[in-house]
Amino acid sequence: MTPEEFDIRRHFSILYEKIYSKPLVYLDNGATTQKPNCVLDKMRYIYEHLNSNVHRGVHYLSNQCTDLMEEARRVVARHLNAREDAEIIFTRGTTESINLLAFSFGETFCKEGDEIVVTEMEHHSNIVPWQMLCQRKGMTLRVLPILDNGDLDLAQLDTLLNERTKILCVTHVSNVLGTVNPVKDIVAKAHAKNIPVLVDGAQSVPHMAVDVQDIDCDFLAFSGHKVYAPTGIGVLYGKREYLDKMVPYHGGGEMIEKVSFSGTTYNVIPFKFEAGTPNYVGVIALAEALKFVDQIGFQYIEAHEQVLIQYTLGQLQKLVNVTIIGNPQKRSGAISFMIDNAHPYDVGMILDKSGVAVRTGHHCAQPLMERLGIPGTVRASFGIYNDKLDIDQFVKAVRVAANMLSK
Amino acid sequence: MNTIEEIQAEIVDEFSGFDDWMDKYSLLIELGNDMPAYPEEHRTPQNIIEGCQSTVWIYADLDAEGNVVFQADSDAIIVKGIVGLLLRVLSGHKPQEILNAELHFIDDIGLKENLTPTRSNGLLAMIKQMKYYAMAFDAKQK
Repeated sequence: MTPEEFDIRRHFSILYEKIYSKPLVYLDNGATTQKPNCVLDKMRYIYEHLNSNVHRGVHYLSNQCTDLMEEARRVVARHLNAREDAEIIFTRGTTESINLLAFSFGETFCKEGDEIVVTEMEHHSNIVPWQMLCQRKGMTLRVLPILDNGDLDLAQLDTLLNERTKILCVTHVSNVLGTVNPVKDIVAKAHAKNIPVLVDGAQSVPHMAVDVQDIDCDFLAFSGHKVYAPTGIGVLYGKREYLDKMVPYHGGGEMIEKVSFSGTTYNVIPFKFEAGTPNYVGVIALAEALKFVDQIGFQYIEAHEQVLIQYTLGQLQKLVNVTIIGNPQKRSGAISFMIDNAHPYDVGMILDKSGVAVRTGHHCAQPLMERLGIPGTVRASFGIYNDKLDIDQFVKAVRVAANMLSK
Repeated sequence: MNTIEEIQAEIVDEFSGFDDWMDKYSLLIELGNDMPAYPEEHRTPQNIIEGCQSTVWIYADLDAEGNVVFQADSDAIIVKGIVGLLLRVLSGHKPQEILNAELHFIDDIGLKENLTPTRSNGLLAMIKQMKYYAMAFDAKQK
């Protein structure tokens, strides 16, 4: 079946909602995506037919659920092309994945005087956990700046990475500018100095085939809900050589091998990092979402979204008082813009009344806003179900907003 | 000077002609543009209302007759228009009147959806701040 015959929109019931009696134009996919019916059906099916706590059960349902959860881990591992299933740790989302890493990596490998490198375009989730680690340990956070067009200033990477650098943390795709960073090259540069790399895949995993062996990153985090799965489920991929050595993040059930009051030994990976009852329904639904995406295929998704992005850029550039923020060499997922003399929030309010869902503000990237010298942007972010009709309604609403606000 | 209740009725009347949201927003933009300039000396961090995606400044003083006079500004024009409505309703009244005021006009003109505590425009926080000012002036006068 070709993607056209597959008729992607038909799988998302919410897209047929009317907003203020106008058709919904959902361009807030960078914040969260809508869920296809197969994902919703799967969740309902689990609760109706199979629900039972995983991993410890002796009974039929528990074994069924456990099998589905571990099969889901295999689906995720295959999707990312991880070497083995055990390198996939389930978390609540990208934020928790990075917090887990900052804690467990920090406690295992870092000491006073060490350094962490992040970039100027990171989401707060890839800044604050590292700041907290630095505070805890007396370490220094160093920042790789961006160029004016919104690309990373990679010329400065070499001088930033030194023998004190313990890890480099970089986003694959900027949630604000849509910049696609050359993570494979960045990883190679860091590895040349024996520095491991975390890639924040929150905004890349939904839009492109992400192959962790090809990139050769040591860690990668992403959220299920941004890739058509439910909220509350996410992934931390990590290479076994690191995960095996890292101390656990949370203590509790499932993560132990043996508990006694004189001491506790820990389970093997991935279970060492999955204390407590996991969100197994979320895990199974995530696998369903990834299968859905893989069925359409990233070859189609990337091409389709690139056409939409270029079309949107072209339409917005025709509007005299609209300024696109950032002009990265390679863009995916999002377009940020401003209407001259108008606050992004005003623009968002007017778009809302036109049935258009976008995000306004600093997008949890205040250091980036400071660098760009703006209070925030309006961000249109794309998903597999968006089409030209969406963009036309969106651009029409932007034109109305520009006429009302740009005086 | 009309009572708070009368001013609210006026506003509801002015907005009643508009069914279309764009017309309502156009009016709010107009009101925002017509607001008197906010005194620069009061554009200070402590006068910023937390919880707004835009920046909103509110400052209050007592006039010779003991009425609370509010001044406000926002860098977002629709928000500024909404603050302008609040000022029109509450400014120039006695602290006790402000404390007792029930601001039903927001609901009446269809802005109620902006009133939940988590809304990013911070309308609720603005009203709270204005009532705090009234409370402080009321306590001072007693």
